[in-house]
Amino acid sequence: MKTYNEYLKRIDEVDGRIRAFVHIDREAIHEEARRAKQGFLAGVPVAIKDNLCVRGEPTTCASRILAGFRPPYDAKVVEKLRASGALLFGKVNMDEFAFGSSCETSCYGPTRNPWDTGRIPGGSSGGSAAAVSSGEVPMALGSDTGGSIRQPAALCGVVGLKPTYGVVSRYGLIAFASSLDQIGPITKNVADAARLLTVIAGHDERDSTSVERKGTDYTKALIKDVRGLTIGIPKEYFIAGIDPDVDRAVKKAIQCLRDCGAHTVDISLPHSRYAVSCYYIIAPAEASSNLGRYDGVQYGLRGDESRGMIDMYSDTRTRGFGAEAKRRILLGTFSLSSGYYDAYYLKALKVRTKITEDFTNAFKQCDVIITPTTPTAAFKIGERVNDPLRMYLSDIFTIPANLAGIPGISVPCGFTGEHLPVGMQILGKHFDEETLFRAAYTFEQNTDHHLKEPPL
Amino acid sequence: MTNEKLNEQVVRGVAKLSRLNLSDDELRMFAGQLADIIRYIDDLNRLDTAQTEPTSHAVSGIKDVFREDTVKPSLSPDEALTNAPKRIGDFFGVPKIIE
Repeated sequence: MKTYNEYLKRIDEVDGRIRAFVHIDREAIHEEARRAKQGFLAGVPVAIKDNLCVRGEPTTCASRILAGFRPPYDAKVVEKLRASGALLFGKVNMDEFAFGSSCETSCYGPTRNPWDTGRIPGGSSGGSAAAVSSGEVPMALGSDTGGSIRQPAALCGVVGLKPTYGVVSRYGLIAFASSLDQIGPITKNVADAARLLTVIAGHDERDSTSVERKGTDYTKALIKDVRGLTIGIPKEYFIAGIDPDVDRAVKKAIQCLRDCGAHTVDISLPHSRYAVSCYYIIAPAEASSNLGRYDGVQYGLRGDESRGMIDMYSDTRTRGFGAEAKRRILLGTFSLSSGYYDAYYLKALKVRTKITEDFTNAFKQCDVIITPTTPTAAFKIGERVNDPLRMYLSDIFTIPANLAGIPGISVPCGFTGEHLPVGMQILGKHFDEETLFRAAYTFEQNTDHHLKEPPL
Repeated sequence: MTNEKLNEQVVRGVAKLSRLNLSDDELRMFAGQLADIIRYIDDLNRLDTAQTEPTSHAVSGIKDVFREDTVKPSLSPDEALTNAPKRIGDFFGVPKIIE
């Protein structure tokens, strides 16, 4: 393992080109490192997505509206990292409030994909994925509301896990869509993802949606054996419109697992086609409500006060939010407004039930489901910025897991003709992260994709 | 359902509810983009959900949580006010609301 100083040196070397970090306090890191470190992650640098509260450190969600905000408390996952001996290694870039699939909506400007710096790293946890991919840190935390861990992990050639909703406390995660958000690891390999999840998982009385379960050591699930495992292959995820190179890489990966002794079965998730529509009602509705708190009163930016309170709210929000945040607030306020609530919001909650039932039925026939993580490899910076609908469709394969609350992991599984990484997504039953790790680990240990380094 | 629902007038009303000031150019841009998105979303109407219960929470078995109402250490006023854009004593300072 590299020393933390070697990681700091790597950041100095490459971050000018990658721009993954939005804040790093080297003095604080040195000071922290001087203290004797003990624990499960003793001395391991971990980068933190900028929507997770770290006491006294800038935490801005990559938004102007939180400029200068330094939380007076740690997120639960940050508390747990400290207790495990990990070295908190700065804050990394993201789409503003996690609204995006490319890191381009960040008020700091986009992070670059280490495999091709003309391309996006994915989003919204693009800084986390790019920092791990470029070797600036071995591990990072991200958050995933519709694919924001798995999609950037796939596009940057690293491992990303969205745990089951409720496995990790959301206390101190700045809320986007509270019924969908979940914090998870982004790492270079599957074993590190299991280590990091072991540290951050667990019930927390300050997040009543976190589930009471016995502490799990996920590293015990790192078993190189998939004999007897049944993999479901959903026909709806291998369709026209996905990049043939992606299709080929994922099918080859499935064959590899077959060669290792897994069975495959064709399954159907018939309501998959409705997932993006369903999500873009529910997520913006919850977001518009969660973002109501940014009014300039308690923290962050405050607008012009000279014309009274209401104008202060409006001026704060108009100047503080970027275009994508405004778009989602408008969409969410629309679908929750009187006259449209039943037709949109309530309808979407019912469709969410159908999508969840698809998975319940599918898991009667299989242990895990394998799909491509994304329909294409990383796209170019600027390519989809002015076409929000096209940007939203980048998450077509990752959104259903959030709606159903099930866990999903993205594992590197090959490269396109342009030498861009491709990710395979493995989905599992609620609280069955162990089987995901077993399948992912077996695949990884039989291939060498995770050992490839980006040309930096 | 048609995308006519999200015209500039509706967006203007929604922006007001959201406490966002939009220029005419922004209003036109957002109305166009949101109409496209809603047109895509209207695909949901092909699905019969008359007999389907809504899901507002993904993982079943989560119950209401109660705790004892006991006093525990929490943020001091100084800590709670560290990020206040304006502070007056132990309070957040805001423009006058009542004349």
